[in-house]
Amino acid sequence: MKTINNVVCSFCGCLCDDIEVNIENNKIVNVKNTCSLGLSKFLNYDKHRILKPRIRKSKEFVNVSLEEAIDECVKILSNASYPIIYGWSNTSNEALRIGMEIAELIGGVIDNTTSVCHGPTIIGVQDIGESTSTLGQVKNRADLIIYWGSNPLHAHPRHLSRYTALSKGRFVKTRKERKIVVVDVRKTATASIADIFIQIKPNSDYELLSALRYAVNNGEIEQNEVAGVPVEKIEELAEMMISCKFGALMFGLGLTMSPGKHRNIEAAIALVTDLNKYTKFVILPMRGHYNVTGANNVTCWTTGYPFAVDFSKGYPYYNPGETTIADIIARGECDAALIVASDPISHLPIESARKLSKIPIVTIDPHETPTTKISKVVIPSSYVGIEYEGTAYRMDGVPLRLKKIVDPPDGIISDEEILKMILSKLRGD
Amino acid sequence: MKILIKNGYVYDPLNKIDGEIMDIAIENGKIVESVSGEVKEIDAKNMIVMPGGVDLHSHIAGSKVNAGRLLRPEDHYKDVEKKTNIKRSGVGYTVPSTFTTGYRYSEMGYTTVMEAATPPLKTRHTHEELNDIPMVDKACLSVLDNNWIVLDYLSKNELEKCAAFIGWILNAIKGYGIKIVNPGGVELWGWGKNVKTIDDQVPPFNITPREIIRGLCKINKMLNLPHTIHLHTNNLGTPGNYRTLIESMKCVSDLSNGSIVLHVTHVQFCGYKGYSWITLSSGASEIAKFVNENKYVTLDLGQIVFGDATTMTADGPFQYILYSLSKNKWINADVEAETSAGIVPYRFKKKNYVNAIQWSIGLELTLLVKDPWRIFLTTDHPNAGLFTSYPKLIAWLMSKKAREKILKKVNKRAKSKMILPTLEREYTFYEIAIITRAGTAKALGLKNKGHLGIGADADVAIYDLNPKEIDPSKDYKKVRRAFRKAAYTIKDGKIVCKNGEVVENISGKTYWVNVDIPKDLLISTISEVKEKFEEYYTVKMENYAIHENELLKSAPLKINSNL
Repeated sequence: MKTINNVVCSFCGCLCDDIEVNIENNKIVNVKNTCSLGLSKFLNYDKHRILKPRIRKSKEFVNVSLEEAIDECVKILSNASYPIIYGWSNTSNEALRIGMEIAELIGGVIDNTTSVCHGPTIIGVQDIGESTSTLGQVKNRADLIIYWGSNPLHAHPRHLSRYTALSKGRFVKTRKERKIVVVDVRKTATASIADIFIQIKPNSDYELLSALRYAVNNGEIEQNEVAGVPVEKIEELAEMMISCKFGALMFGLGLTMSPGKHRNIEAAIALVTDLNKYTKFVILPMRGHYNVTGANNVTCWTTGYPFAVDFSKGYPYYNPGETTIADIIARGECDAALIVASDPISHLPIESARKLSKIPIVTIDPHETPTTKISKVVIPSSYVGIEYEGTAYRMDGVPLRLKKIVDPPDGIISDEEILKMILSKLRGD
Repeated sequence: MKILIKNGYVYDPLNKIDGEIMDIAIENGKIVESVSGEVKEIDAKNMIVMPGGVDLHSHIAGSKVNAGRLLRPEDHYKDVEKKTNIKRSGVGYTVPSTFTTGYRYSEMGYTTVMEAATPPLKTRHTHEELNDIPMVDKACLSVLDNNWIVLDYLSKNELEKCAAFIGWILNAIKGYGIKIVNPGGVELWGWGKNVKTIDDQVPPFNITPREIIRGLCKINKMLNLPHTIHLHTNNLGTPGNYRTLIESMKCVSDLSNGSIVLHVTHVQFCGYKGYSWITLSSGASEIAKFVNENKYVTLDLGQIVFGDATTMTADGPFQYILYSLSKNKWINADVEAETSAGIVPYRFKKKNYVNAIQWSIGLELTLLVKDPWRIFLTTDHPNAGLFTSYPKLIAWLMSKKAREKILKKVNKRAKSKMILPTLEREYTFYEIAIITRAGTAKALGLKNKGHLGIGADADVAIYDLNPKEIDPSKDYKKVRRAFRKAAYTIKDGKIVCKNGEVVENISGKTYWVNVDIPKDLLISTISEVKEKFEEYYTVKMENYAIHENELLKSAPLKINSNL
């Protein structure tokens, strides 16, 4: 039995890098230090795998060679007048770098899952900036941690033990030295371990953030309650924020996707910015997919924009709402799709999913998803971080190298290698 | 490919060649004595031939640069680059995308660029971007002065172990040198605070900025690094800070032994006299006097260029001050146990009193410092101006008339306080070659760069200017145009740009220092550090290291340390 230490878990945006994996005969037999989500990934990655490339001929799928699948993919992309390329948050930066070149070459639109998760966060930052840090600053210094519209105990189970409430930092060593606040519409698992739980009326985050800003900057609020929260509680929280030594506000989709969207984020960022007049305060998004942050970064350094980039003019063009794939699909504008490491059919609104199913889709993915089921071409790939190496960025932008720990099934290659083949054929090399 | 550049006016200051008509022969990517057989000849008659430009301080890659790109979509809309058969598309202006950055440097005849500040924990990101910057060789300086393990060692005066640790870091993350940014102040910014003098205490480390600068200067020598320590001083951007700058330079005077031991970067930002923004004036005379008298210091300018900029620095507390003054967008990004970063978009205006004074300080300094080998042309891109503005700077330095043209338009009160209008000096092409290539390559310790001697890298820029006919003092516009678009840029012996257009897309190398540290010292230090490392950081030490195969074209420089 072989043991590999310090493996980076490629499940969520926490990218925990202390995983111990035991391997026997090219199989993972035991995993230590993961949360239940990571454990499930490491132990079940080889289930429901696609093992052969396939093309839909008339109504049935037919297994084909990799070369034939690539040829068909190239044909679809070359014949399209406005193709979309989507996914990327569950693969490596190296794969996306090839994807960017393909999108540019065919004059398509390239987008990542930020479009449907933290897109408003980015738009908020583009409007007013942000005061942020890496997670280690929170671990070492934060005596006040606020989770807003996020439930890490379910979505990022080791976030609290590695980086926040239960972590041991240089200056703040124990749970007792930290105050934990949860703001949510319901009492979540995370709320039940918080010092203070603030239950707000659904869809009223903006009001509460504005009230907090008012309390922080101006003092007394005239109303008795805002967003279903008594003013005394708001003022108490404002006072806690002003008087802490280092505060951190961590927010999830509860804030990005409730009405107001990027205006909510702007309000949260503005609150944190204001707090820096009195103390040190940072804000951090709770990113879901393990490399959605990497996808934003690669897209940004290549084009200047972090998601939703349209190359149809021959140069990068960005206008969320116009160039985001959900909108392009809803308007029925695209005529082919290349999906890499993502399952839009499961996640897009039903009407958009229906429209997407009407155009030829090429999907590159390790396993079966509703998207592979309706694709024209399916090319199976290996798992980055288990069967192939690559770079991914943690939710706070810390880049880590994912390891290869076992061999992929026979004949299966990585997203990066598949995309290189597609690019090469498209170029006519 | 063999190339013969014929009959050009060659400016090669490292080999003391000042405008002689010469042929330059190239073979296998190197400058050679002569070439024969199938040779591509370039007729450089009536043109200037210089080594490829070497920029020793620019922010082109990494987490803060990318955050700057993300912050400013409005900036990208006005400057787009279309895809061509050779070039990838991109966006430009204050924070260009990676491919565009490489092309634009190359089009100006630059062949080597140093990314001036990268946090070690995020250097993998820097290298990923450097991999995507084509056309130029590059490297990155590692921000190490506020690193907790470094501070712990320095405060206990355990310099050998500290040197071994820094040597390990530079090897592990493939960095090139030691960058110091607001020593002590950035650590205190972790609590929203800052230092005010170089003798302020930095709790809980029981250390002062002076001790940090001195300690790292000693370590730089112990490690025998090719470049000196690269210092961004305390109190940057604050009225009265020229005193801090002079104090900081003085504090390593005893460590020099006649050699250069300190590079102070973007000095314009630390050359302010006066007690407030209202009483701001230039500290250029005092700084230049000190530098003229003390040969152990080099400087670069950080020259202001009027127009848009995106300020970005590891000096988090300074950026908060700039945000408070400007109320523009503000990004702060602290990096655990290491450093910080701040980003604020800014517009330098001619009619603004402070901006006009800032503009004059950089030029005054360049004209007052007598030795061009110790002051270099930069805009601290994209802080004070964009690297694409270098041709403008060259014109200002070569032509009093060009300066006067701007002086007519600047804030009148500012003009009345400047000594710039009284300065007659005009740089020669030879001096321009020093401050843009020969001097910078020498300061960086890049022995094969910045000159055209036998064995040098065949990085050459040819500019369509006849130095015998043109009077740069009068025809500064022609000078500006020529330096904007090189007639030819040759990189590693390949013609990569012609008439200012990219004709071949190539990848540059990434330099890093592979420091040889005595094995016993390295093993004992790393075993001592490991526990602390995992207490302070949120990543494992093993995962912090960057493998050489993550660099597209790795170019390690083997360094024998003095340890």
